[in-house]
Amino acid sequence: MWIDRTKCDAHRLCAELFPESIRLDDWGYPIIASGPIPASLLPHAQRAVDSCPVLALALRRVARRA
Amino acid sequence: MTHLALLAGPAPAAGAESFADHTRRLGARPWGNRGLIDTIERAGLVGRGGASFPVGVKWRSVAERRGGAVVIANGAEGEPLSRKDQTLMALRPHLVIDGAMLAAEAVGAKRILLYVGEAHGSAVMALSRALAQRPAAEAGRARVLPAPPSYVAGEETAAVNFVNSGVAAPTAIPPRPFEQGVDGHPTLVQNVESLAHAALIARRGDAWFRSLGVNGAAGTVLLTVSGAVARPGVVEVASGSTVDEVLALAGGVRGTARAVLLGGYFGGWITARQAGTMALDPKGLRAAGGSLGCGVVSVLDEAADPLDVSARIMQHLANESAAQCGPCFFGLRSLSAATTRLAGRQPDLGDLPKLHRWAAMVKGRGACRHPDGAVAFLQSALSVFEPEFAAAAGARGAMVP
Repeated sequence: MWIDRTKCDAHRLCAELFPESIRLDDWGYPIIASGPIPASLLPHAQRAVDSCPVLALALRRVARRA
Repeated sequence: MTHLALLAGPAPAAGAESFADHTRRLGARPWGNRGLIDTIERAGLVGRGGASFPVGVKWRSVAERRGGAVVIANGAEGEPLSRKDQTLMALRPHLVIDGAMLAAEAVGAKRILLYVGEAHGSAVMALSRALAQRPAAEAGRARVLPAPPSYVAGEETAAVNFVNSGVAAPTAIPPRPFEQGVDGHPTLVQNVESLAHAALIARRGDAWFRSLGVNGAAGTVLLTVSGAVARPGVVEVASGSTVDEVLALAGGVRGTARAVLLGGYFGGWITARQAGTMALDPKGLRAAGGSLGCGVVSVLDEAADPLDVSARIMQHLANESAAQCGPCFFGLRSLSAATTRLAGRQPDLGDLPKLHRWAAMVKGRGACRHPDGAVAFLQSALSVFEPEFAAAAGARGAMVP
């Protein structure tokens, strides 16, 4: 999951919708767990991306491990 | 001032060297090509803007991309403790322009922007006059672009953003400038000192450059020495020189040194005892996980309050956040406020553990590295001045809330 920090305005929806990988810092901005998102959680991740009011989040494909 | 390579030639009092004098002293510059990139890689030149990234690798990444590239010679020098870039531009403008021309030819760029801090009047004037002295074919390729006087204006995506939109604030990466920079073209953003070194390496070769260093380091380095020394100012020394040797060149320490700030506001404190024998080698320090940053060496003497000095620097860095990324804007404000309370010996409950926690929380969470630089500086202060911070915190400030 990739975030454009210059766009994020701490609306906090992502942490509500995808708590498995996103928590909030002391100022209300998302801290995103590093590394690839397990396939089972992708629907949650996609929901968080789609709900961001300022379109700051995106999912990027990573190379599958051999 | 010592005069080894970049600052060899006329004395500083003579001011900017003219194109005629420059050419008479050094000979005409060669043409830049891919071979020069190999030479620069063999020379071991690393960037002098702060990140110490290998210059040859950077040039190659731009040269390998298609489409008319752009070169930005970065002389924004927003670091408050640094004077070396403005000094170099003011005294040896043609060396900087030579380097920019060579870089442009080597990476296939048609346009050159000389991006100079607008507050650095003598540098802006020297480069503008120097450009007018160049042959029309060269002068037509370059122009001077004054940079806003902010700390982040020199960050490379901010420089590109300023050219594109007039806003000198960093942008999210990717894309990096070498992928998509000025008007979408691959763009090389290179510090002016790095370019000036390239101008000499192109004339004299990589073996010559390596031979200038000592203790296994390559080339020379421009440093700005400040704080508790007899003669603050810019010096050029052999890379690999020790901090003690540099301080001796600056007339020695006034009083007793407590700590040295190496690399400026994005650098870090080291104890005076550790600093003394440390070799100032941009490439070696990078390999060791440290950094010479932009070459700032600032001495803090025993009489000064390290917490007060550190708090002022944190205030500056917090104010210089471009206010685009929340963790940087709010995080640095919180860190600065807590540091200031501790420096005033009036901490809030748990200020000291909060500093440690917030520092870890903010790191790596900006579009650019501004928050990372600020946090690295603060963490060095927390480590080197640990006893002072503990005393200032007392029971109240040390409590984990």
